[in-house]
Amino acid sequence: MRSVAIRFAQMLLVLWAVATILFFLFRLMPGDPTLAYIDTTFTAEQQEELMRQFGLDRSLAEQYLLYFANVIQGEFGTSFRSKRPVFTIIFEVLPNTLALTVLSITIAYIFGVLVGAWLAWRRGSIAEAVGIPLVLTLRAAPEFWLGMVLLAIFAFGLGWLPSGGANSAGMQFSSTFDRLTSPDFLRHLILPAATLALYLQGLPLLLMRSNMLDVLQEDYVMMARMKGLPEWRILLLHAARNALLPVVTAFALGLGASVGGNVVVETVFSWPGLGRVLVDAVASSDYPLAQGAFMFIALILIVMNFVADLLYTVLDPRVSHG
Amino acid sequence: MPSLMRALRLPQNDPLAIIGVTIYVVFLLVALFADVLASDPFEILFTEDGNLAANLPPSLAYPLGTTNLGRDIFSQLVIGTRSAFLVGLTAAGAVVALGTIVGLVSGYFGGLTDQILMRLADIALGIPFLPFVIVLAAFLGPQTQNVVLAITVLLWPNTARVIRSQVLTLRERGFVEAARVAGSSDLRIIRVHIAPNIMPLSLLYGSIAIGWAILTEASISFLGFGPSDSISWGGMLQDAYASQALSRGSYYWFIPPGLCIVLVVVAGFFISRGYEEILFPKLKD
Repeated sequence: MRSVAIRFAQMLLVLWAVATILFFLFRLMPGDPTLAYIDTTFTAEQQEELMRQFGLDRSLAEQYLLYFANVIQGEFGTSFRSKRPVFTIIFEVLPNTLALTVLSITIAYIFGVLVGAWLAWRRGSIAEAVGIPLVLTLRAAPEFWLGMVLLAIFAFGLGWLPSGGANSAGMQFSSTFDRLTSPDFLRHLILPAATLALYLQGLPLLLMRSNMLDVLQEDYVMMARMKGLPEWRILLLHAARNALLPVVTAFALGLGASVGGNVVVETVFSWPGLGRVLVDAVASSDYPLAQGAFMFIALILIVMNFVADLLYTVLDPRVSHG
Repeated sequence: MPSLMRALRLPQNDPLAIIGVTIYVVFLLVALFADVLASDPFEILFTEDGNLAANLPPSLAYPLGTTNLGRDIFSQLVIGTRSAFLVGLTAAGAVVALGTIVGLVSGYFGGLTDQILMRLADIALGIPFLPFVIVLAAFLGPQTQNVVLAITVLLWPNTARVIRSQVLTLRERGFVEAARVAGSSDLRIIRVHIAPNIMPLSLLYGSIAIGWAILTEASISFLGFGPSDSISWGGMLQDAYASQALSRGSYYWFIPPGLCIVLVVVAGFFISRGYEEILFPKLKD
């Protein structure tokens, strides 16, 4: 329990530090500091309201305190371009990002674990000699380029799948859930999810393989062999279970990191998600939106890092944090 | 080749490592002799009848065809090798240097120094990588050194953590103890007894970092936040994407830059596996 509390405190420290870095980062940009929240196209009342909310006419220290008070309440100001609250925009696109990330990382890890275990079992075979360089090559390919190649073949060349977006134009849905489960959405999801899954599968695959190789040398596996258990039982029930532990931790870490890393895939496929909102906001100097999107991506990353840490301790009691 | 492998402290009979080093050597030669191999990548070409030589398929004159603005794709590809190596090598060098120093100091001295440095590592790992590079490149200006700076600031913790844990075990070893009893200074112990033992580990992380740096630079250029005054593979891909090369099926335009990135990055991965074999020989049999 004590170690969990320490880990939690460390997480809060990291959250505070990242929010602080963000505060100063957005005061690095050229020009007037009020630019971080106020655009000249806002009405006079809007400008005044924002001045007061973020204390833009006060000292840097007071702005810093107000910034935290606002961040904690989810107040990131108003988007320059759409003139809507940043929080609303982020919550609109968040389901798209989560659907894409969760689906592709799940496929990647199931595939990676199975193939990784199989390659460890077939140590020294031709499958290994071909498989390992192939996996490394896929991992070396830029995500956005994989996406471009898939787009050129399946969307433009063969015309099987849509070339971008999350829904066809003009589609109406009664709820977010309806939209996310509609065939139209799923058709749009295939290519970006395939791209991301292709990119992500390498890590669990290689990790599972090397863990399996380690575990297969352990005494209890030898013991199982001596008992004359069938090979598949040793592999699945004795070895794979323990080799899986670090992969579970990697899954949590990967989930957190992927939300931020989706930036390029979302851009290639014009996927209306958090990453694309960030890129568009930075490119069009929509500072409040950029700041809010960045903070959200960081929040997901940091919380998942914490979850991974906890999982590691829970799953493997030999590890304890001091 | 064998002497090069020896100089890099790589196993000389590892086929993947040999392939990796060969790829690097070839691309380095291309980067060095880029001026001889390529013509001006910015030159706008015209056909004999005076029309713009736009979107031409590969031919003898233009081995990889031309862009929508009539520029030679092969020349861009060759010149792009330079910026890839510039970013890859400088960023990897900076990441590994910083990571190794922090890892050494943190592991050797321990205590409060260690606590502070490792919390800094936590913070760096809590910052989303690509978004940070994008914001920094957008605010500080789209120059190569800002991309390198952003990569360095965020990637050092991985190296530092591994080096630290290696130093923690080395510190307790007999030869370090002996040096301490014999009255060697801390600096001398680190320099003579510990640093040489973590060299392969630093090289391992360096060979991976080159790949990450090149991938990152390509992503940033693709998103449009890269240096606009020089030609890079990521920039070429952005150009192709933005000018509908995908829907036209101009594979000769967007396949080669991607393949070059894959080759250089995978070369780093292959080499890093060579170092892993030295470091963790039990996997070798």
